Amino acid sequence: MSGGTNATGTAPKVSSVRLLSTMGGAGALAGLLIVLVYQFTLPTVLANRAARLETAILQVVPGSTRYDTLYVVEGALTATLPPGADARKLDKVYLGVSEAGGATGFAIPTSQAGFQDVIEIIFGYDPGKPGTLGLVILSSRETPGLGDKIEAPRWLAQFTTLTTPLTAVKAGAAQNPGDAQMITGATISSRTVIAAINKALERWTPILAAYRAGGTS
Amino acid sequence: MTTAPGPAASELLLRGIWRENPVLVATLGLCPTLAVTNSIANSLTMGIATLCVLVCSSVLVSSARKYVPNQVRISTYILIIATFVTLADMVLEAIVPAIHKALGAFIALIVVNCMILGRQEAFASKNTVGRSAMDALGVGAGFTLTLLLMGAPRELLGAGSLLGYNVMGPRFEPWVIMILPPGGFLMIGLLLIGKNWWALRTAQPKAERIAAMAAARAAAAQPAQARTREGALV
Repeated sequence: MSGGTNATGTAPKVSSVRLLSTMGGAGALAGLLIVLVYQFTLPTVLANRAARLETAILQVVPGSTRYDTLYVVEGALTATLPPGADARKLDKVYLGVSEAGGATGFAIPTSQAGFQDVIEIIFGYDPGKPGTLGLVILSSRETPGLGDKIEAPRWLAQFTTLTTPLTAVKAGAAQNPGDAQMITGATISSRTVIAAINKALERWTPILAAYRAGGTS
Repeated sequence: MTTAPGPAASELLLRGIWRENPVLVATLGLCPTLAVTNSIANSLTMGIATLCVLVCSSVLVSSARKYVPNQVRISTYILIIATFVTLADMVLEAIVPAIHKALGAFIALIVVNCMILGRQEAFASKNTVGRSAMDALGVGAGFTLTLLLMGAPRELLGAGSLLGYNVMGPRFEPWVIMILPPGGFLMIGLLLIGKNWWALRTAQPKAERIAAMAAARAAAAQPAQARTREGALV
């Protein structure tokens, strides 16, 4: 390697321009490689995410064989996109539909900052109960061995029967139908998930109620 | 800097796999070794991802060794390693999304695996591209092999399966502890015992040979001394 120590033990003088150009060149090469691979893998990654979302929707709204996507346009839900609207930029929920054609519940995607990073979830919601029908963690980078326990099927299973709004309680302390147990050792992550559901329902409940009442279709 | 002469390419490859295994001899990279080896698929994916990052980083660092000033070498190595880890992360998310999700943050944490930076600083920055690639291949293969040696028994005993296929039958009660963190510590302990036992066993005959040679030299020297003493008596 150039720039090593010389016979007297002191590092030879290297110009600042050379140091800057070396780091700049390495950074430019790194950026180029990352952008190229990102562009190359993006279509596959998006297709995988869409497939995972579809599986998650059918999982959190039991009894569904298919689903309809409902978009929020001017504060109300609609199944048809207005002309020129970009579906990716609109907020949306998914309405589960049974084989017989009946509505089975809503799948609501939401996200909130957890301990490490943003946790993305989707949960099933039955406005008639009202309560949750299921929960799937779509994306999480919580601490391995601690925060990532929010993805444990045993913990997720409680969300199939809870009534809303949820109350976060310590593990083993659930007494009421709306008590969602947190996880010892993953308190922040589990509380974040519970809070995200409550926050999403605060926003979505009136919109879903209006949709069910037939105000918008 | 001149290229240091050293072992042959095949020797470079083999020493990383066994004699200088990064996990079992240098005890480097223990974080992913303990954390992700609860199944063969996870072990293999992490091993291959690390191997690819290691080989690509070593080739690039070795290629640029004459142009990177000493003052910015560590920053440059980290940048190179982080770039290849990002690429590995993207490619894994595209081709094996389920395993990518299972490995979680550990793919990104390859950046801070000291084994990788260590090989750049200790070897790739001082050797030719070919030798650096062979060294990285050996070390990466040794790492992957160790992860598999950890992952296979843990999955077999902890879940009763190998690569997801049930092989222990319906009557087998899984040893759940094996896929939990204590199972990782247990396995690494067993592997370290096995490796050290083997090292001692293979080292013993050599020690015995040295002792025999010393005894022979002592025996050859004894008559001469005896003769000298006899002469002196005379």
